[in-house]
Amino acid sequence: MTAPLLEVEDLHVEFRTRDGVAKVLNGVGYQVNAGETLAVLGESGSGKSVTAQTIMGILDTPPAFVTKGAIRFNGEDLLAASADRRRDVRGDGIAMIFQDALSALNPVFTVGFQIEEQLRVRRGMTRKEARARAIELLDLVKIPNAKNRVGEYPHQFSGGMRQRAMIAMSLALDPEMLIADEPTTALDVTVQAQIMDLLREIQTERDMGLILITHDLGVVADVADRIAVMYAGRIVEHADVYQLFRAPGHPYTESLLESLPRLDLKGQELKTIKGLPPSLTNIPSGCPFHPRCPRAVDVCKTEVPANHRLGLDRTSACHFAEEVVSRG
Amino acid sequence: MGRYVLRRLLQLIPVFIGTTFIIYALVWAIPQDPFAGKCGQRPCPEAYISAMSDKFNFDDPLPLQYLKYMGNVITGDFGDTFSGISVGEQISTAYPTTVKLAIVALLIEALIGITAGVLTGLRKQGFLDNLVLVSTLFLISLPVFVTGFVLRLYLGPQGLDLFDVGVDATDPTFAQLILPGFVLGSTSMAYVARLTRSSIAENRHADYVRTAIAKGQPTRRVVGVHLLRNSLIPVITFLGTDLGSLMGGAIVTEGVFNINGIGGLIFRGIQEKEGITVTGVVTMLVLVYLLMSLIVDLLYAVLDPRIRYE
Repeated sequence: MTAPLLEVEDLHVEFRTRDGVAKVLNGVGYQVNAGETLAVLGESGSGKSVTAQTIMGILDTPPAFVTKGAIRFNGEDLLAASADRRRDVRGDGIAMIFQDALSALNPVFTVGFQIEEQLRVRRGMTRKEARARAIELLDLVKIPNAKNRVGEYPHQFSGGMRQRAMIAMSLALDPEMLIADEPTTALDVTVQAQIMDLLREIQTERDMGLILITHDLGVVADVADRIAVMYAGRIVEHADVYQLFRAPGHPYTESLLESLPRLDLKGQELKTIKGLPPSLTNIPSGCPFHPRCPRAVDVCKTEVPANHRLGLDRTSACHFAEEVVSRG
Repeated sequence: MGRYVLRRLLQLIPVFIGTTFIIYALVWAIPQDPFAGKCGQRPCPEAYISAMSDKFNFDDPLPLQYLKYMGNVITGDFGDTFSGISVGEQISTAYPTTVKLAIVALLIEALIGITAGVLTGLRKQGFLDNLVLVSTLFLISLPVFVTGFVLRLYLGPQGLDLFDVGVDATDPTFAQLILPGFVLGSTSMAYVARLTRSSIAENRHADYVRTAIAKGQPTRRVVGVHLLRNSLIPVITFLGTDLGSLMGGAIVTEGVFNINGIGGLIFRGIQEKEGITVTGVVTMLVLVYLLMSLIVDLLYAVLDPRIRYE
């Protein structure tokens, strides 16, 4: 087997603030191959975006510190690389798109300028070449009338078009890997589907690795190959999409799936997960999910569960993983 | 945009008439007798009074006086002083000096203020930040005449002799205006530094800055292009307004450095009760200030494409 395109191993990140140390990531590990989509699922504050920002190297230090772990991109440990090397990888090797394209694009520059900037500064293209390529890229992400829109400002684009423009910008340097941090959260449902289709299409065409960060289970089911479920800064379950939806291997995943509205259970009260996600300055002992877990027993309060293997490429961090899967 | 400019220009008319009328009325209302003290210890001769009354239309009611005066101003005639010097000529000798001084002051405050603001905004709480905060507080608190006299004394010919000041008072060179320009711009420079600092610090964590970093753009481009372009919008607006007031002359700075600008002209006009000089100069300054503020508003739309004037 060839080495994965991106490999995150035992990543620990903490935020040192005046109010104490928040342990935001506590041993996150996942890998993504070329042409594959990994969905990272979790509630707000579970650490999914922080993992992505650590991969990109765009966390602000201080307050954020990587205390342990490795991030290997094409076999090269990025955490050990120089600042210049990391900057080279950004945009060129791994590109990232953000949730709210309106605030993520610079309001005072035209969309064209922001795409061309990559080509001019990073590829040494002339203004004219860059403009031509920017129009091609906008065409590629299906922005109608790209030739005229290239000179417009982000606020003149609709929400969906802005996200398309951001995708075009991320593709400017032909990255091998794309991280999409909740790319559709700020959009309405029909536009969400279009953007997801576009991402999938581009990924297949270019054989790109894609990390899709989301809290939307619906999005995940459609496009992901594999899913990593995060809770309190660690990955609690990691599985193939079909396996995970058919038989979740962790009580947290199980609760998440139960909280989905379903057509065949119309009229019944929707299940929710009791309690709140844990405070990262004060993570519960043992299994961090135990205060909210319907299956919790004494051992969950004291012992941190190890990653149980549940077949090839499938793990669950629950003391009773096998039991959960078979009951599911 | 064209319609907006037209509307703004039309708005200038009532503002212009209102302000100039107030100035005209005030100037000729104090002192009540325009001839008091004009002819030394003795009262002025009848012939002089009647000639001057005729010249300045003193026998007409005030609104009519004003209308006659404005009628002349519109044709470019600002009138003559009691002793027969043309006010238009007075302005055209003094104004170039004031404009030069204003430009020097503006350049100095923009250059030093923005540099200090960017450096401290990027690195808050450091030594430099505290240094800038304290020194700007110092500049803001000190009256201009203190800064002026102290700097002239210690940096001018009597002190370290770093700057050549006030040799040719009627037509000073740019080099001679560096120190006066610094003094004149010092308070605004402090404000520019603080405004830039807070603007940079606020925008530094903006999403679009994070995007630029994630794109792998070099740090100097992230700061110099993406961050600065957004952060300078309020600063440039402030500088524009400030240029409007700098153009109005600087009585204190001009006095300290013996520069013959528009500020001194107004000052002497008031002292010598030359109402026609004061009215003429202030009328022109009102016009300059109104136009500058219009330019600033238009500049704002150029700097921030999200702003549209209908």
